[in-house]
Amino acid sequence: MALNQLGNLYQAVVMDHSRQPRNRKVLTDATHHMELLNPTCGDAIQVTMQVEDGIIQDIGFNGSGCAISIASASMMTEVMKGQPVDTAIDLSHAFNQLVGGVNEDTIQLETAEVEKLLKDANFLDGVKKFPARYKCAVLAWRALEIGLNEEVNDLEDGLTTQADA
Amino acid sequence: MDIQHIRELFPILNQEINGEPLIYFDNAATSQTPISVVDAMVAYYQTDNANIHRGVHALAERATQAYEGTRQKVAQWLNAQHTEEIIFNRGTTEGLNFLAQGLVEPQLNEGDLILTTKLEHHSNLVPWQEVCQRTGASLEFLPLSADWTVDLPSLDKYDDSSIKALVIHHVSNVLGVEQSLQALSNWAHERGALLIVDGAQAVPHLPVDVQQLGVDAYCFSGHKMYGPTGIGAVYLKASHHETTQPVQFGGEMIHYVGDLASDYKQAPWKFEAGTMPISQVVGLGAAIDFIADIGYATIGDHESKLVAKLCQGLDHLDGVTRLNQNVQAPHGLVSFNIDGVHPHDAATAYDLEGIAVRAGHHCAQPLMRVLDTPATLRASVGMYNTLEEVERFIEVTEKVRDFFKYGLESTR
Repeated sequence: MALNQLGNLYQAVVMDHSRQPRNRKVLTDATHHMELLNPTCGDAIQVTMQVEDGIIQDIGFNGSGCAISIASASMMTEVMKGQPVDTAIDLSHAFNQLVGGVNEDTIQLETAEVEKLLKDANFLDGVKKFPARYKCAVLAWRALEIGLNEEVNDLEDGLTTQADA
Repeated sequence: MDIQHIRELFPILNQEINGEPLIYFDNAATSQTPISVVDAMVAYYQTDNANIHRGVHALAERATQAYEGTRQKVAQWLNAQHTEEIIFNRGTTEGLNFLAQGLVEPQLNEGDLILTTKLEHHSNLVPWQEVCQRTGASLEFLPLSADWTVDLPSLDKYDDSSIKALVIHHVSNVLGVEQSLQALSNWAHERGALLIVDGAQAVPHLPVDVQQLGVDAYCFSGHKMYGPTGIGAVYLKASHHETTQPVQFGGEMIHYVGDLASDYKQAPWKFEAGTMPISQVVGLGAAIDFIADIGYATIGDHESKLVAKLCQGLDHLDGVTRLNQNVQAPHGLVSFNIDGVHPHDAATAYDLEGIAVRAGHHCAQPLMRVLDTPATLRASVGMYNTLEEVERFIEVTEKVRDFFKYGLESTR
């Protein structure tokens, strides 16, 4: 039964996050934000963050998407909340490698440390076997990385959107 | 129709994906290529390959014959009045960009109108958005009836004198609906407007007679009609050849080149700059022969049985919503969603069962907004698909639905 392999991708933890996403909200006092599109399906994930003293104090995501992209976004917010910006970028790179991305970034953290900090996101390692779904998995993490360079200038500032190339 | 014999002509179909026999239901994106088309391209490279129109040697002459012979073949196949009305290009997208920039843009002024529909593939929308932005013309969407065809009676609300072109699909790549081009062409021509047609989804399924339809231009792609990728053509009515500007300049399209200015060849050659994809043109000719050998009547009859069974099967499943329910006899495809399951998640599950379907917005985002869904699943058939494949597809759909609803236990 070929569908049995689906369990490797859609593990219980993944399904739980996709059905009941954590931190699904738009921060009204965000200092940084980014909305990214998954051009293959038109799904969009928006990430808003409140960064103070170089630490991600609060983070939320919003948008629509497949089970993988929503679960991944939910897991990402749990991973990132309270992390220093440097560590956050490191973890984003580590997650990229976990799901089969090309490893071009040097990761400062120890492997054991990475595994601990990635929390539930470790359960998305099944994506490695489904390269067609790589983009779904990294969408929110990319939005976080790019968003850390996108400061909210004022309340009138419209959300920046850019297609995920 | 001996379906087993036809399937043998497509070796790619005979394989397993994830341990299951491949069911290729993504024909609207790209159809598979029969041995005869591949052989024609191989033979060209092994016996006739040379650059066309320039050489004085035997190979160049043979290659030119093969290339121009295919132009003649395409012209007959579409029932064009003149062979010169066929212009080769990379496919539908390139054809529509060429028509937008070369035929329509030079005639557009601020306040002019281009009419289209919310069903267009992006390739028949974005080029028009672009020329409208450059010229100050506007794009307007035609009203549609419940069956998704253009609602002609309510077409009288426009100021006729400002309408310059009506650009529309022949068959929709999401809903499979066929538009009544003849009626639209009468309507457009009464108002002095052009009718420009995206035929990419029509030519694999039904015969096209450009004179009978009364179109000014008609675009299609080889890779959706059992031909190779990277080749397509535009039918452009001869009366527009003088007014249409080339959009690419360079070798082979010129007549005389001066130091500071040049003049160009006659159409179609003035629209075919540089070395063209000659082997793909040869392949396109072989694809037309292949379709002609089987015959559109046979193909259409077989495909309509497949689609009817697909519609019936999906409509019987709880928790599955078909999006082209109002379409009378959709051509070659069904679009649907499994309630509560994102198309991407479903497509991964289908793939594990060896079934290739399309999941996404199908390059028709305005239509997705009309349907109020970010994306859909699409199963599209070709002449080599079977009723057994449809049956298996329906069974798998049920399993996929249950997996995402109840988890793995449900599929055991």
